Amino acid sequence: MVKNIAFIGDSESVKGFGAVGIDAVICDSPENAAAVFKKIAEKDRYAVVYITEELYEAAQKEIQRFSETAVPAVIPLPGTRGNTRIGTKRLSAFVEQAVGSDILFK
Amino acid sequence: MAIMNVNPTRMQMTKLKKQLQTARRGHKMLKDKRDELMRQFIELVQENKKLRDKVEAALSECHSHFISASAVMSRQALDSSLMSSGQQTGVDVRAKNIMSVDVPVFSAVSESSDEGGIFPYGFAFTSFELDDAVQSLNELLPDMIKLAEIEKSCELMAAEIERTRRRVNSLEHVMIPRYEETIRYISMKLEENDRSSRTRLMKVKDMLLDKAHHYSG
Repeated sequence: MVKNIAFIGDSESVKGFGAVGIDAVICDSPENAAAVFKKIAEKDRYAVVYITEELYEAAQKEIQRFSETAVPAVIPLPGTRGNTRIGTKRLSAFVEQAVGSDILFK
Repeated sequence: MAIMNVNPTRMQMTKLKKQLQTARRGHKMLKDKRDELMRQFIELVQENKKLRDKVEAALSECHSHFISASAVMSRQALDSSLMSSGQQTGVDVRAKNIMSVDVPVFSAVSESSDEGGIFPYGFAFTSFELDDAVQSLNELLPDMIKLAEIEKSCELMAAEIERTRRRVNSLEHVMIPRYEETIRYISMKLEENDRSSRTRLMKVKDMLLDKAHHYSG
């Protein structure tokens, strides 16, 4: 089953992803992030959805709904506005959930 | 620890003993499952961390390439060069089973429509910075897809480990002690009944003997 990849981000951050064959979805305001993400996730066309960290934070509630399903995999990545280290924090949250305390990244 | 609300009969005790045995076996198996999941999870999460650091570093480099490209090219030119795409990248989704957790496996599938390779534009009106940017992004793509696969697996496994851990703990600290306590309660009760009926019998025997022979012994 071949599915597509999407990248949700502000217009600066998505630049170039369209050129390598990823569907670039522009979302310039964090308020719209949840709605935009919902539209993408519900289509069932995407297996991987990359999203910039600030939008990830804004749409977190919506994204949580897909945490138990195998696809889509929603992955926060830093945008052009700098790295907020949400991705690493997310990893420590996984470790904490599994082990009970964060034993790896402290 | 509260005991269960059961009748203190021998039949009930046999039933409970069987249940206790099942619970012990289940506990052992779940514990093994948890340990193995944990081992694989730790391995995976370490790889995940490494890969994420790598992707994040490479991505910020890509962004800086694009910024320098946009410095030498006009915005319109840049946007229009990137607008059309020569290739469509997708992923082939398969499922893999790690200790009863279904995790996805992604493999990249890219379809190039023309021979121009990865660049969706002609080279005449674009700067080489843009070429660098697109090239580096294209090279990053496999790592990004791998990252998505591993990170999703970690997410799913973390949830499964938490569930399994809870089950193990509830068996170990609630279910099994409760069974043991109830079985002990029933066996004490049965012994007590036994003793009381024995003394009653002895007493009756004495009374009967006394009545028949005026004999007390």
